[in-house]
Amino acid sequence: MAARAATTGIIGSDGFELHPADERAMLEEVHHFEQPQAACIEALKIVQRRHGWVPDGAISAIARVLGIGPAAVEEVATFYSLIFRQPVGRHVILVCDSSSCFLTGFDALKQALVTQLGIDYGQTTPDDRFTLLPVCCLGACDGAPALMIDDDTYGPVSPDDLPGLLEDYP
Amino acid sequence: MTGAMASQRNSLRYRSRLMQPESERSADTHPLTWRLRDDGEVVWLDEYLGKDGYQSVRRALSEGDPQAIIAAMKDANVRGRGGAGFPAGLKWSLTLQGDDMPRGYLICNADEMEPGTFKDRLLMEQQPHLLIEGMILGAYANNSRSGYIFLRGEYVESARVLNQALQEAREARWLGNDIDGSGFDFDIVVHTGAGRYICGEETALISSLEGKRANPRAKPPFPGQSGAWGKPSVVNNVETLCNVPAVILNGADWYQALSGDRTDDGGSKLYGISGPVHRPGLWELPMGTTGREIIALAGGLRGDHKLKAWLPGGASTGFLLPEHLDLPLDFDTVGKEGSRLGTGLLTVVPENQSMVALMRNLEAFFARESCGWCTPCRDGLPWTVKLLQALEHGEGEEGDIELLDKLAADCGPGLTFCAHAPGAAMPLETALKHFRHEFEQGITQSRGPAHQDPIPVGSV
Repeated sequence: MAARAATTGIIGSDGFELHPADERAMLEEVHHFEQPQAACIEALKIVQRRHGWVPDGAISAIARVLGIGPAAVEEVATFYSLIFRQPVGRHVILVCDSSSCFLTGFDALKQALVTQLGIDYGQTTPDDRFTLLPVCCLGACDGAPALMIDDDTYGPVSPDDLPGLLEDYP
Repeated sequence: MTGAMASQRNSLRYRSRLMQPESERSADTHPLTWRLRDDGEVVWLDEYLGKDGYQSVRRALSEGDPQAIIAAMKDANVRGRGGAGFPAGLKWSLTLQGDDMPRGYLICNADEMEPGTFKDRLLMEQQPHLLIEGMILGAYANNSRSGYIFLRGEYVESARVLNQALQEAREARWLGNDIDGSGFDFDIVVHTGAGRYICGEETALISSLEGKRANPRAKPPFPGQSGAWGKPSVVNNVETLCNVPAVILNGADWYQALSGDRTDDGGSKLYGISGPVHRPGLWELPMGTTGREIIALAGGLRGDHKLKAWLPGGASTGFLLPEHLDLPLDFDTVGKEGSRLGTGLLTVVPENQSMVALMRNLEAFFARESCGWCTPCRDGLPWTVKLLQALEHGEGEEGDIELLDKLAADCGPGLTFCAHAPGAAMPLETALKHFRHEFEQGITQSRGPAHQDPIPVGSV
């Protein structure tokens, strides 16, 4: 199955318009693999980089670019924890809840986040600034407890550090 | 943004680091880390070449005998550093090759997500060319047409460093067509994931690489027979591949001697420790170093607590006790004690930690990260979490512990497609064995009537 050639504008369901630059980026990614389907995860990330999340309409658009069925895109989009299927805040906070963080203060850190942000896992602050999510061991166990904000990894982080740290993410 | 805020942000930023200074490392004893800098900056190509970089590739390609690389890896007995300990040379010898076979793929498993593990990050973020060098050797030995580094999406810094290093290597013709004038062609692509622990399982990783859900596949066929897109594929961990250049340059006997008379497993190992210790961190030490030595390097437990238990190599290994601290930490010795070496990064549990609460945390992780493919894992692990939550809150019922025993047994080896369920079972089984009384204390209620006479399935 061959991916289609780049066109000027793919419209998905719900009137979703795929940005031409994003389509080109997806087709570029296809070259790295034997089958276009392999670019599926990256294609979802490309949409997410532009929109912050992956709207339903993007699924059929990606399917058309890669020349695969929408179900093949949808089942991938719903499987991976870092593909967001509903709008998120401007900044996503991933809190590591694995064993080393659990043993070194995760509970207090998580509670402080919940208190200061007024949201729990899977929720976004009313000003659309932060979304809070759990994450698999961040591989920063010598800096536990750890968390990520967007692309930045921090640790060890104490509850007292939070106000100053969050300040940097307007 | 005020200056104080900016500095706080920078001071909290996590940086991967090795605890041993340059003065304590040498090429003779620390093949994985001797090139690392004290300032933690990346060893880029120029510096790497000045430190014997790519010399193993030059030698191997000029000798032109891929089978000799496999033989050296077998003789050195390099065992897989991703946690399973499978002999890398043996794995390579089973890769299908020949004029009638398509060339396949060399895949680096850089999906480091085992709780308590932070070693591959160091190798990728500070010394990317050692991994690239090891991958070229692996590809040459296995006749791979191209390579992938399957990197977890959260390792943003690793991706940046690896991609820049790959570009350096291409420009210097260590990657691409006709590497070093040998006629061998090979290049590497960094593939970043989008979460999910299961991607680290080698067949699930291949599914994910193909752009599908990360469900594992039945073995056989093994990836070396039919892997990515049905081609012979080799999946090796970052640290495993980083061992290859030194084996090729210095020989199997030298590699074996690195561990002295501590163990039959050769080489050095990136050992580490985390949890409530004074100086959590990473060290390159001889294979067969003991838990006591590593805890001492970390300055002991915080708060003068006594050690209650420890995991030798991640969440999917079994709990060991203080009495096991003097065992050499190699694959076979730890295996005989009912645990596994795993990744070799210790997690310590202090005496005041509830084992029930810790098990609830561990099993909640495994339940969340199950891909849902096999019933004992998909349904058994959430049930396990529910029982542990009840015990943690003193609301357990009679029979709950026996039920936990059964759920763990149902997740045992061979009952599911992959090792996720057995990995979830091992810490639970060992915790129930060593600390059963703590679980029993959570039982305050007799078994409810709903449990007493279940309707036998299939006989109604």
